[in-house]
Amino acid sequence: MNSKELNKWWSKASSKYSIYIVLVAMFVVCSVISPVFLSTKNITNISRQISITTIIAFGETLLIICGLIDLSAGSVLALSGVLSVAAYKMTGSMQIAVLVGITVGVFCNAINGMLVTKFKTPPFIATLAMQTAARGAALLYTNGQNIYQIGEYKALGQNSIGIIPIPVIFMIGTTMITWYILNHTKFGRHLYAVGGSEEAARASGVNNNRTKMTAYLINGLFVGIAGVLFMSRVNAGLPNGGIGAEFEAMTSAIIGGTSFSGGIGTAMGTLAGAFIMGFVNNIMNLVGVQSYMQQIVKGIIIALAVVYDIRSKNKRDKKKQGNINDKLTDADGKNKALAAR
Amino acid sequence: MDLAMPKLELRNIEKSFPGVKALGNVNFSVKKGTVHVLCGENGAGKSTLMKIINGIYQPDKGQILIDGEEVKINNPIEARKNGISMIFQELNYIPEITIEQSMFLGNEPTNKFGKIDWKKIRSETLRLLQQENLNYNPTTQLKDLTISDIQMLEILKAVSYGSDIIIMDEPTSAITRNEVEILFGKIAELKAKGVSIIYISHKMEEIFRIADEITVLRDGVMIDTKPTHELTIDKVIALMVGREMSNIYPKEEVAIGETILEIKNLTNRPTFSDVNFHIRKGEIVGFAGLMGAGRSEVARAIFGLDEFSSGQIFIKGKEVKINKVTDSINHGMVMLSEDRKRYGIIGVRGVRENVALSKLEKFIYKGRLHTKDENAIVAEICKRMNVKTPSLETSIDSLSGGNQQKVMLARWMLCDPEILILDEPTRGIDVGAKYEIYKLITELAEEERSIIMISSELPELIGMCDRIYVMAGGKITGELETHEFTQENIMKLATKG
Repeated sequence: MNSKELNKWWSKASSKYSIYIVLVAMFVVCSVISPVFLSTKNITNISRQISITTIIAFGETLLIICGLIDLSAGSVLALSGVLSVAAYKMTGSMQIAVLVGITVGVFCNAINGMLVTKFKTPPFIATLAMQTAARGAALLYTNGQNIYQIGEYKALGQNSIGIIPIPVIFMIGTTMITWYILNHTKFGRHLYAVGGSEEAARASGVNNNRTKMTAYLINGLFVGIAGVLFMSRVNAGLPNGGIGAEFEAMTSAIIGGTSFSGGIGTAMGTLAGAFIMGFVNNIMNLVGVQSYMQQIVKGIIIALAVVYDIRSKNKRDKKKQGNINDKLTDADGKNKALAAR
Repeated sequence: MDLAMPKLELRNIEKSFPGVKALGNVNFSVKKGTVHVLCGENGAGKSTLMKIINGIYQPDKGQILIDGEEVKINNPIEARKNGISMIFQELNYIPEITIEQSMFLGNEPTNKFGKIDWKKIRSETLRLLQQENLNYNPTTQLKDLTISDIQMLEILKAVSYGSDIIIMDEPTSAITRNEVEILFGKIAELKAKGVSIIYISHKMEEIFRIADEITVLRDGVMIDTKPTHELTIDKVIALMVGREMSNIYPKEEVAIGETILEIKNLTNRPTFSDVNFHIRKGEIVGFAGLMGAGRSEVARAIFGLDEFSSGQIFIKGKEVKINKVTDSINHGMVMLSEDRKRYGIIGVRGVRENVALSKLEKFIYKGRLHTKDENAIVAEICKRMNVKTPSLETSIDSLSGGNQQKVMLARWMLCDPEILILDEPTRGIDVGAKYEIYKLITELAEEERSIIMISSELPELIGMCDRIYVMAGGKITGELETHEFTQENIMKLATKG
């Protein structure tokens, strides 16, 4: 490989895999800055810390790809969490508790989906309404009080299998589900198509409403799981839990390259985005950056990520040329001229 | 009038973008009070050249001279000061603002406190409208106007700046025949006033009607400039594509089979009513008509994109119900939309995904979409359609119009359709790609597929079709057999009712 080819390879790799390069670079830099960073315990901790937000982030990723959004994730997390805790207190069955959590998550998002598809409410408004209502419902049910003494409910959020915390296993599971959906299902392709251009998708035979509804239902599943894990981890039913969780989740998705204009985003990108934010938080704690300062840094990172993304996209679009069929279509001589240019 | 001195002259212009030489050593000059047409396939460098004249790009090398004096044009505002205005192909306008607001947008007269002088805007707008004999109300919102009205206002704006060089980039691509006449009238007026017009177009007939001189660009190089009377359509096309094209329409005789699609009394008032027609196996049936005649609307209704109030659709003799696009696809009927950007491409996604979108089932087995199979089959079909793309993952946005259209055809070919409705299949694509699409259409007919071709370009219909239906005012006003195909016959029926 000569230097020109190497350059070409690098520019291609760096634009396609930029997020992973940043992730690895951060990993290396953090390891150098703090000796504690690289310890198994610390890495496990980071994974556990980001797991719940990341599960929500996958829901947001699916929705944002499809041109939708969910502002209600934090509130629905609280509602499904406290109802799940209550179910556990009543029945003592973890299976029922998890089922209740998921059902509530899916139910709330069925309403979101219905508002968006049937009543053509803008997704921002529909889920804003749900954000307010679900939080209200959580507070109403608990009378504004936290639910404590919930016994073994905490196992799911606090225990590990081997060295891997259970929430991290759920995170890996949702990563795989999201990856599979986006890469190997018709529904995944329809998400990209609807997000890319609703009208073109419809004219190609895509059922837009069904696609949007399904996206909300899967988001509901993820938010429900996150609700159970959240309450289990804090070992309480907190009706005020998860405030702003949707925005942290969206941050991971955006850093991971999900485009708010729709049609672009990947599961691995979001996972990488979540880890980048996790590393940033962690290293700032380790070197003792003040917490208000941390927020400013995070804000700057989000802005940088988006600016970089847009710039590299513009650059990519300008550079595109050539033709894979050149070898085959050279006969008429015209392509040769193009290729030589 | 001194005709020897060019109004605008470009000398040895060169321009490169990272990795691409867009223009190499271009010399181009426009005489005062003439229409100079610029031809070339998409990607030939026409737009780049125009953007250099308009100050959007700076040339790497070369000079720009106006009235024999060298000028530097750093941005469109400086271009305007030098008397240059550009009317873009895709008119960008703000639908909610009024005519008077748009006339002075970005150039509003103000008093000394910075307050906009609306009275002056109103009186100036009225004066300009009157001067040009245009009958618009200054407070009409742009969204209530037609594309041609807005275009006319753009020209008015250019005149109001005192521009004496006006660049028009495919101004007739979105307007009707009558409106084209109005535009050409306006161009003649401007010419008489000594305004120089640079006119970009793909439509040969148009070019030969209005051009005084023609320049052909190919692959960023200026091929030739000649007075119109020294050229013919065939010669221009040959210069554009760099090879002789003996027959623009590669029509082949195909044995025509039995009726495959029949439409009875399709009605959706007020857009169309009592539409009856049929198409047979291997047949290419044209739909002619003026814009707004209801041709696209009928096609959309049959395809399941729009609803219709009454009427029946028969495929192979059996009545079918088509409520949504998938019904239509399952019956072997597909439609290429006239508005590729809106109803065709998923811009941000790659070629592969765009092609596969309507027939993903083909690659799904054992509950999984197999991307390897997808890649192989899409690559094969793209090869057949001669899609030129760096890779199958390249976002379709970055391809030329002709290649996007071929990707759309590839999408539908993947569905292996028996009936193809092609709504303006060659709109906005260059001559070379047009020829390829004609060839494809012919091949499809040879494969016993039936083609409904809606087009506003009459020569294209006459050259390609076995039968032509003409629509006007939402009704079919006539049906023509091959021996009756003339532009006059079609126009007579198209203006009926």
